[in-house]
Amino acid sequence: MSDAPAAQSPWQTVTITRIQKRTPRVTSFFLQPSRPFVYHAGQHVDVRLTAPDGYQARRSYSIASAPETGETIELAIEKLEDGEVSPFFHEIAAVGDEVELRGPLGGHFVWSDGDGGPLLLVGGGSGVVPLMSMVRHRAMRGSLVAATLVFSARVWDEVIFRDELIDLAERRDGFDLVLTLTREPARRPADHARRVDAAMMVQAMTRLPAPPKLAFVCGSNAFVTAAAEALIDAGVPAALIRTERYGV
Amino acid sequence: MVTRGFSSGRKPPTDTDARIPPGQYLEQGFPVLSAGPTPHVRTEDWSFTLKHGPRPIKKWNWAEFNALPLTKMTRDIHCVTAWTKFDTAWQGVLVDDILADAGIEPPTAFTLALGFDGYSTNVPTKDLTGGKAMVALLYEGKPITPDHGGPARLLVPHLYFWKSAKWLNGLQFTERDEPGFWELRGYHIYGDPWREQRYTNDP
Repeated sequence: MSDAPAAQSPWQTVTITRIQKRTPRVTSFFLQPSRPFVYHAGQHVDVRLTAPDGYQARRSYSIASAPETGETIELAIEKLEDGEVSPFFHEIAAVGDEVELRGPLGGHFVWSDGDGGPLLLVGGGSGVVPLMSMVRHRAMRGSLVAATLVFSARVWDEVIFRDELIDLAERRDGFDLVLTLTREPARRPADHARRVDAAMMVQAMTRLPAPPKLAFVCGSNAFVTAAAEALIDAGVPAALIRTERYGV
Repeated sequence: MVTRGFSSGRKPPTDTDARIPPGQYLEQGFPVLSAGPTPHVRTEDWSFTLKHGPRPIKKWNWAEFNALPLTKMTRDIHCVTAWTKFDTAWQGVLVDDILADAGIEPPTAFTLALGFDGYSTNVPTKDLTGGKAMVALLYEGKPITPDHGGPARLLVPHLYFWKSAKWLNGLQFTERDEPGFWELRGYHIYGDPWREQRYTNDP
């Protein structure tokens, strides 16, 4: 008799326990794993759907919840009009449905309180999702690491997690939020109404007690390219900048 | 497990089935993925070094490297994030021709591809030789743009595309199979898309 565990599929069935609309285009899906699921802030999962004829589609989604949240995993999924998996979630998926999930995945775009800071987070659109996991992780741990999130959205109503982020920033515990809207005027005094640039990064860094130890940038390829160049122009060494990109 | 309400409406036509590895979907665009900012390497600053362990065997500058025989390669490519793109057209220098110019046979069975940005990825040497891989200089007849790895990137089209290192500045022969950047961060040591070797523990 062998003590070796039976080979286990890396895929597990998860159940949708809650669905919450975040913005007109982004909805959160809360998933209950069937096996223990331990992850780090910033990691992603693969989701797999299977049609009756056996055809499968899989896509990667970042985790929005913090590792400390509890058993359910939150994915905040943007609906892509020409997508295959995101339209399923937005148009068909209901509480009680099961999908298959693999993960957690990714060992680079991750941050834990123990990694230290200061931390500069730069997100564009749904690129804020893995950064939200880091922000929530920081808050739930009672971390003292200084962190500033620069979040670019088109309009105020597309600022994903807006109320929660503003609440977290109002704690004044070392987390700071800079919003920049690209198609509307700024709403809050220190916010911006333009695309990210080096001056915005310089200003964001003045809110940190020391230069960032790490910078995380996530968004569309065009956004990440612009934001990473803005950080470099603002004096952040390229080696400290970690990026995650999506889209063509 | 069949997913309630999910249909195979987007299933690719059966005549392309044989070209799409398991778990992949067909992409018309050319997505960009990278772990850090895009380096802008000027060709006047560019060099390529062939190394055995820490010891340089031969180094080429941009003009010298472009004087090596150019080969065309049109291949399907497969990204671990699940997109497959058909018929990508590259021109570059076969690893065979680099070795010939250096006047050597491969000294070890394993190679690390090295990038200007500090990236590395491991590939067995036999997967680079025999016409299987090149250092690509042109994509669709034009210089490769920085976001796609220009001025020069590795092209190992039969493995997942993270093995095709961007901003390439060298190949280093190693005695052992040494995991590179992503291989140390949860991705498969070899990365065969047809065996769906995406992550560390995949068979």
